[in-house]
Amino acid sequence: MTLKLRELSLAPDLFGNGHGLCAGCAESVSVRQILAALENPPVVALATGCLEVSTTRFPDTTWKVPLIHSAFENAATTIGGVEAAYKALVRKGRMEDRPLTFLVFGGDGATYDIGFQWLSGALERGHKFIYICLNNEGYMNTGIQRSSATLLGAWTTTTPSGDARSGKPEWHKDMTKIIAAHGIPYVAQAASHNWKDLMTKVRKAEQADGPSFINVLTPCDRGWRFEPEKTMEVSQLMVEAGLWPLYEVVEGKWKMTGARQKKRPVMDALLSQKRFSHITKNADDATIAAIQAKVDEEWDALLALCAIPDTQ
Amino acid sequence: MTTTQKSGSGIKPPSPQAINGGEAVAYAMRQIDPEVVAAYPITPQTFIIEKFSEYVADGLVNTEYINVESEHAAMSACVGATAAGGRSQTATSGPGLALMYEMLWVASGMRLPVVMHLCSRSFSAPLNILCDHSDVMGMRESSWPMLIGASPQEAYDQAVVMPTIAENKEVMLPSANVLDGFTVTHSVERVEVLPDEVVKAFAGEYEPDIWALEPGSTATFGTLDANDFYFEHKRQQVEAMKNSLEIIRTQLNAVGEITGRPMNLIEEYLLDDAEIGLVVLGSSEGMVRAAINEAREAGIKVGMLRIRLFRPFPVADVRKALEGIGAVGVLDRAIAFGTPGNSLLQDLATATRTMPNRPLLMDFVYGLGGRATPKFQFREAIGHVLKMNESQVEPEEPGYLGLK
Amino acid sequence: MSEQPLWKQIQPGGIGVNPGSTDRVQTGDWRTEVPVIDFERCTHCMICWVDCPDTSFEVADSKLVAVDLKHCKGCGICAQVCPVKCIDMVPDSAADRDTEPSENGAG
Repeated sequence: MTLKLRELSLAPDLFGNGHGLCAGCAESVSVRQILAALENPPVVALATGCLEVSTTRFPDTTWKVPLIHSAFENAATTIGGVEAAYKALVRKGRMEDRPLTFLVFGGDGATYDIGFQWLSGALERGHKFIYICLNNEGYMNTGIQRSSATLLGAWTTTTPSGDARSGKPEWHKDMTKIIAAHGIPYVAQAASHNWKDLMTKVRKAEQADGPSFINVLTPCDRGWRFEPEKTMEVSQLMVEAGLWPLYEVVEGKWKMTGARQKKRPVMDALLSQKRFSHITKNADDATIAAIQAKVDEEWDALLALCAIPDTQ
Repeated sequence: MTTTQKSGSGIKPPSPQAINGGEAVAYAMRQIDPEVVAAYPITPQTFIIEKFSEYVADGLVNTEYINVESEHAAMSACVGATAAGGRSQTATSGPGLALMYEMLWVASGMRLPVVMHLCSRSFSAPLNILCDHSDVMGMRESSWPMLIGASPQEAYDQAVVMPTIAENKEVMLPSANVLDGFTVTHSVERVEVLPDEVVKAFAGEYEPDIWALEPGSTATFGTLDANDFYFEHKRQQVEAMKNSLEIIRTQLNAVGEITGRPMNLIEEYLLDDAEIGLVVLGSSEGMVRAAINEAREAGIKVGMLRIRLFRPFPVADVRKALEGIGAVGVLDRAIAFGTPGNSLLQDLATATRTMPNRPLLMDFVYGLGGRATPKFQFREAIGHVLKMNESQVEPEEPGYLGLK
Repeated sequence: MSEQPLWKQIQPGGIGVNPGSTDRVQTGDWRTEVPVIDFERCTHCMICWVDCPDTSFEVADSKLVAVDLKHCKGCGICAQVCPVKCIDMVPDSAADRDTEPSENGAG
C-alpha cells in the first residue's frame, strides 16, 4: 500500500473545521489522519471526552460521517451494537451488504480506566471494529487529572507536586500489551507526529479479520505544559526517548515500526514538558533515574518480543 | 375461555404452551425477531435469555445475540444497535438494572426505542435474588413507559405490544415490560400464544426516520447539549411520555382484539360498588383478589385497582376508578427511604389530590426481598383501611405486612 | 398565530443533522499569530496540511493555495513541521483579517 499526501489531499475531509479543540491539539491531527487513511466509509462511535465535547455541540457537529456518542465508558460496546445491527439488517434483507469500517475514538480515560471492561468484552466477542485510543496520558477534558496512562512523576491536578509527593507515584499501565493479550488480529502503537506510520497502521487495522486496536500518543499542550507549536516535536521526543515505542502486533507477531534503538535519554523528553519541571530541575532526581531504568527494562522486553537483538 | 381464532388471519393458532413467564417472553421475542438482543444473565431473568439463546442456536431468528459482559454493556449495545437502525431488546433484574442505570437515561434522552423485559428483583445489600419492586421504582423517573404484568400470559401479551409502543413516532422512547421475578418468571402456566405471522404483522419492523447505518447518513447521535438546549430536550420527553398514554391504550386494545384477552391501562376488580379499595402492582393481584373475595363474603364492600401502566401514570383512569371510594390502601413492594411516602403512595396521593372527594390513603409495605404475603395479611390490610374509613384519619406511617 | 416555542422546533434526541456545521464557528478569533506561507519556496509536500489540527490549509489539485483564516487558531505546528521552513508565524493584527466577526468564537 502507498500513502501519498498529495493524493490523500484530493479526498474531501470527513472531519470539518470550527471545532473547539485547543490550538495545537494532537487529537484532531490524528483524527483527520485516521479518517483520511480509511478505504471504507466509516461509522464512528465516540467516548465522552475532549474530542466529543469539542465537536458535537448541538445543533452543530464537526463530523461528516455517521457518529454515535452514548457515554464515557462504553464506546466499544456501542459500536458492537452497531456492528451487530448491521449484520442482522443485512441478514434480514433490509439493507444491502456494503463495505463499512466501524471505528471508535476514546481517550486514555475511556480506554485504560473507566471503559476497560467494555473494551475488553467487545474485543473478546470479536466485533469487527477499529478502536483508536487517543492517549494524552490524563483526563484532560475534566481538567488534567491523572489516569493510569499518566507517566511516573508527572504533575496533574490530582497528582500535584508537594513536600510529601512529587507528581504521580505509580508507573503507568501498559495498555497496548494488555490488548495484545486478547489475541486480536491487529494491535499497534503509533504517535501523532508520524502520519505515515499511523495511517499505514490504520489501513492494516481496516484489513484485519476481526477487532483491531491502535494506541496513538496524542500530546496535550495544556496538560503537558508545552507551547502549542511543539506538539509534533514533543511526540517525536517521547518516541525517540523510548517512552512510546512504535510497534505493531500482527496475528501475534511483534514488530518494531520505528527505530530499534533509543536515540535519546528520557531526560530530553521530560525537559520538553513542564509537567515534569518539578523533577527535571534536578538532573539527579531519583524519579528520573527510575523512569530511565524502567524504560530501559521495557525496551529490552519489547525487543525480545520482536526477536530483535539489543544492539546497544 | 379466550381464543386466538379472532385474529381473522385464518392462520391456525399454535397450541397453548405450558411455559413459565420467562419462556413466554422469549417466545414473543422470537416471533418479533429483533435485529439485536444484548443481555447479561441474572437471576431471575435467565429463563428469557437461555430460551432465546436456543432460538439463536436453532437458527429460528435473524437476531444478532450479543453475550455482553455486563448489564451496562447490554444497554450500551442496545443503544448502539438502535441508533444504527436495528430493533433491540434486553432483559434484566434488580442489580443488573442498577448497573445499567446511566444508560436508561441515555437511551431515553437519545430517543431510542429499546425494549427491556424487567424481571423485578430487590436491590442489594443484603444480597437477595427474590422479587420486590425496588428496581421498578429505581427506574420510574427515567422517561421509560413501563407496563407491569401479573402473569406469564400477560408477560407474553405485553411483550408482543411493547415495540409498537416504543417505536411509535409520537413516542420514540425505550419501554419496559415488567414481570415479577419468580412469581411470573418462574411460574409455569398455560400460555396462549399467537401464530408467528400474526405477531410479525402486528409488531412490524423498526422504521426510524434517522439511523446511522442508512446509506449516506451523516447524523451525529448523542450530541452535547449545553444550557441552551438541554432543558428543551427534556421538555420534549415530557411530551413524548404524555403522548404515549393514549398510544399505549390503543395498542393494548389492538392486541386484545387479536388475542381476545382485553388489556387496559388499569384493571379493576369489584370497584363499582366498593366503599374501600386496595391498589396493587403486578402479580400480587391474585392473592389480593382472594383476600377481597373473603372480605366480600364477610360483607365488606372492598375492591381492587391494579395499575398495569405504571409510567406514564394513568392519572385520569385512576381517578375515575377511585371515584366514590372512601378509603384506599396502597400496596408498596419497595421502600422509598426518607420520603414522605413510599413510591406508589406518592403517585396515588399526587394523582388524587385535586379530586373533590378524594379517597383517604394509607400505605402498606409488603413482600420485600421475596417475602410471601399470605391472604390473611391482605385481609388485615383491608381491616385497617376499613377502620381508616370509619375514623377518617390517615395514618402518617405505613403498615408493614408480615414484618417479623 | 404565535411562533412555536423552541422546544417544539429542535431535533428530538439531540441528533445533529447538519454535518460539518461547526464550520460557522470562527475559531480564527483565538489566534494571536498567523502563518504566512512563502509560496516561492513551498514544495506542496502537504505536511502542513496533514499535521494541521484545524483543517486550515486550503488545497486544490494537490497544491496548497491558502490558509483558512476563519478557522486557523494560530497554533504554529505548520511552521514547525514544514521541511523547507517556508511558513513563518507572525503577529496577527485584527486589521489584517478579511473574515467576518465571530458567532461563537469562544467555542
